[in-house]
Amino acid sequence: MRKTLLSIVLVLAMLTVLAACGNNNKANTNTEDNAKVPANDGAKVEEPAAEVAEDVTINFMHLWPAGGSPTQNQIVKKIIEEYQTANTNVTIKTEELENEQYKNKLKVLSASNQLPDIGVTWAAGFLEPYVKGKRFAPLDDMLQGNLNGKFVAGTTDAYAIDGVTYALPLELNIVPVYYNKELFANNNLEVPQTYAEFKNVVKTLSDNGVAPIALGNKDRWTGSLWYMYLADRFGGPETLKSAIDRSGTFEDPALIDAAKEIQELVKMNGFNKGFNGLSNDEGKAEFMNEQAAMYMMGTWELPNYTTNPDVAQEFKDKIGFFKFPTIDGGKGDLNSWVGGPGVGLFVSEDSKVKDEAKKFVEFFVEKWGEHSITEAGVIPATKVDTSTIELNQMYIDLLNELSNASNLTLFADVQMKPVAAETHLNMIQALFGNAVTPEEFAKKHEEALSAGK
Amino acid sequence: MDKVMSNKKVIALYVLPALLLILAIVYIPIILTGYYGLMEWDGVSPMTFIGLDNYQLLLKDGEFWNSVQHSLFLAVVSALSLIAYLLVALVLSSQIKGSNLFRKIYLIPMLMSSVAVAQLWLKIYHPTNGVMNSMLNAIGIENPPLWLADTSIVLGAIFVPIIWQYAGFYILIYYAAFKNIPASLAEAARIDGASPWQIAIRIKLPLIAEVIKVTVVLAVVGSLKYFDLIYVMTGGGPNGASEVMASYMYHKAFRGFDFGYGSAIGFFLLIICLVFTWMIRKLTATKENIEYS
Repeated sequence: MRKTLLSIVLVLAMLTVLAACGNNNKANTNTEDNAKVPANDGAKVEEPAAEVAEDVTINFMHLWPAGGSPTQNQIVKKIIEEYQTANTNVTIKTEELENEQYKNKLKVLSASNQLPDIGVTWAAGFLEPYVKGKRFAPLDDMLQGNLNGKFVAGTTDAYAIDGVTYALPLELNIVPVYYNKELFANNNLEVPQTYAEFKNVVKTLSDNGVAPIALGNKDRWTGSLWYMYLADRFGGPETLKSAIDRSGTFEDPALIDAAKEIQELVKMNGFNKGFNGLSNDEGKAEFMNEQAAMYMMGTWELPNYTTNPDVAQEFKDKIGFFKFPTIDGGKGDLNSWVGGPGVGLFVSEDSKVKDEAKKFVEFFVEKWGEHSITEAGVIPATKVDTSTIELNQMYIDLLNELSNASNLTLFADVQMKPVAAETHLNMIQALFGNAVTPEEFAKKHEEALSAGK
Repeated sequence: MDKVMSNKKVIALYVLPALLLILAIVYIPIILTGYYGLMEWDGVSPMTFIGLDNYQLLLKDGEFWNSVQHSLFLAVVSALSLIAYLLVALVLSSQIKGSNLFRKIYLIPMLMSSVAVAQLWLKIYHPTNGVMNSMLNAIGIENPPLWLADTSIVLGAIFVPIIWQYAGFYILIYYAAFKNIPASLAEAARIDGASPWQIAIRIKLPLIAEVIKVTVVLAVVGSLKYFDLIYVMTGGGPNGASEVMASYMYHKAFRGFDFGYGSAIGFFLLIICLVFTWMIRKLTATKENIEYS
C-alpha cells in the first residue's frame, strides 16, 4: 500500500514538473503573440513599410577577442553598433574565439551542421571542404551588386572555387623582411640587394654574436614563408604553384635547391637558437627584444612598428623593411611577393536569415575597409585612397609596393588541401631541423600532393 | 523504505537518469567513433563507407607506431615513478616534522591547470632566456641543450613536467592509504622487534596493495591517452618527435580533416587502454585479500 502510494507521489511530482515546463512555454509564446499584435498595429499607423521588418538575430563568430586583438575587436563592435542603429530590427550576436580555437570550433560546428550565420574563413585549401560539403553560400550576387569594383583586383579569386566566390576577403597581406636598422649599422651592414649579400649579412651577424633571423618554427607556417621565397627566387612564381596544382612536379630542381638553401642558412646559424621549439610569438620576441636583427612576417605585424602604443617609439624608429633579395641565375623577380588575402567572411548556406546576413556582410566589408587601416593598421582587401587619410610612412611604402607587385603567391599551406598541407608543414619543420634531406623533402611533398587529399 | 528500494521499478527510476546520461555522453559516442572509423569522412562532406581500410592504413602507418612507442614509454615512466611517490608518501606518513607542509607543497602543481603548467615549463625550457639554460650557462656550459627543439631529447624533456604535474595526486592517495592503516599494527610489529624497513615492506605495503593496483591502472591508462601538455608545449613536434597517440589522433582529425582516420585511431586507443587495464588487473590479481583485521 505504502509502496504504491510512494510511486504515485513520485509520478505525480514528475508530472507536475513536466506540466510546469509545458505551461511556461505556452505562456511565453502567448506573451510574445500578445506583444506582437500591438507592435504591428502601431507600426501600421506610423509607417506601413516597417511591417516587413521582422526581428532577426544574426549569429556572427569571429577571431578577434578583446584580449588578443583589442583594436579589431573594437572595430567589429563599432560596425555592429552602427548597423544595429540603422536597422533596429536586427540583433547581431557575436562569439569571439582565439585563432586556433576558432579553427577547431568551426570544424566541429560544421560537422554537426550548426555553423553561425556569418563567420570568418581562410582562402583556398581551408575553404574547399566547406564548399564541397555545401556549408557556405555563394556570394557572387554581392560581388556583381553593390560591391562591384570595391576589392583590390584578384583578391577575391582565392575565395573562389570553380569560378564561384564563397567568401569576401577583409585583409590583404604581403610578407616583407623587417630589419633592425641599429643592429645593421652596428655591424656595418646595409640592406642586401642580392641573395649573396643577404648571406653575407647573415654570416656577419652570426659571427658577431647577434642572431640574424628571428623565427618561431613550432608553428611551422613561419618557416614555410622562408621556403616559399627561396622557391620563388630560384624557380619563379610558377614553379611552386604548378607543383601544388599538379601541373608540375615538386621534384623540380629549383624546389630542391630552395630546400638546400634553407639547410645552408640553418648551418650558418642564420636563425635564433632552438627555433624549432619556439612558437611564432616566442620567435618574434627575439626580434622585439632586439636580440635578432631580421624577422620575416606578414604586414599584419606593421602596427607593432608603427601605431601600437604598447611598443616603445624608440624601437619603432629602428625598424625598416626590405624585399626578399633575388638570387643570381634564379628566375624570381624582386617584386614577386608571398602573401595574399588573409581572412574573409562567409555566410552559412543553411542560415535561416541568409539575406539579412548578406546585407550585413556587405556593410561590414565596406566599413572594415575604412576603419581597419587607420585604426588597426590592417591592410584591407578593399581599395584604399591613400591621399585622403593620414598614414604612417611605412604603410604608404608598402601600399605602393603592393601596387607594383608583379606576382602574389598565396601561402603554400593555404594553397594545398588539408592532408597535403599538414605534410608540407611537418616537412618544413623536419627540413629546418635537418631531419630530412632536400631530396626526401621533395619526394614526401610529391607523394602527399599526388594523393590529392 | 527497504521495501521501496527493493521494488525493481523504483530502482529503475533512480538509476535511469545517470544511465541515460552516461549512455549519451560516453557509450553512444564510443560506438559512433567505431562506426566513423569505417568511413572516409572529412568532417564536412558526406561519408563514404570504406570498411576496414582505415585500420589497415593504421597498422602500416609508421608515424602512428612512433606515437604508440612514445605513449608506451610515457606509461612505463609514469608507472616507475609511482615507486618514488610511494617512498615519499611513506616518509610523510611517518610522523616527521613538517610532513603536513610538505604534503601541501607536493600537491600544488596538481592544482594548476595544464595550460599554466605548460606555460611555466615553456619558460623554463626557453633556449636562451629560460631558467634551465641560464643556470647551465652560469655554471659554464656553453651550448646547453635546446630542450624542446632537439628531436632526440624533446620527449624526455616533456615527460618531466607531466610527471611533476601528477606527483602530488599519487602522493596524496598513498599518504591517505598509509594513514588508514591502524597504528596498532605497526606498533605490534615494533614490539616484536621489526625494523622500520621491515614494517614498511612486510606490513604497510601489502596492506595498501589494492590502492597501488588502482594507481598503476590510473597512471598507465592516463599516460596512454595523455594529450594536454604535449599539445600546448610542442604540438607533437619537432617533426613528430614528441607525438603521442592522442595528439596524433587530433592532428589527423582536426588538422588533416580526416575524421574517419582520426576516429579509427581513437577507437584503437580505446582498445589499447582496455587491453592494458585488463592485463594489469590480471597480473596483479592476488588470491587472498589482505585486510586490517
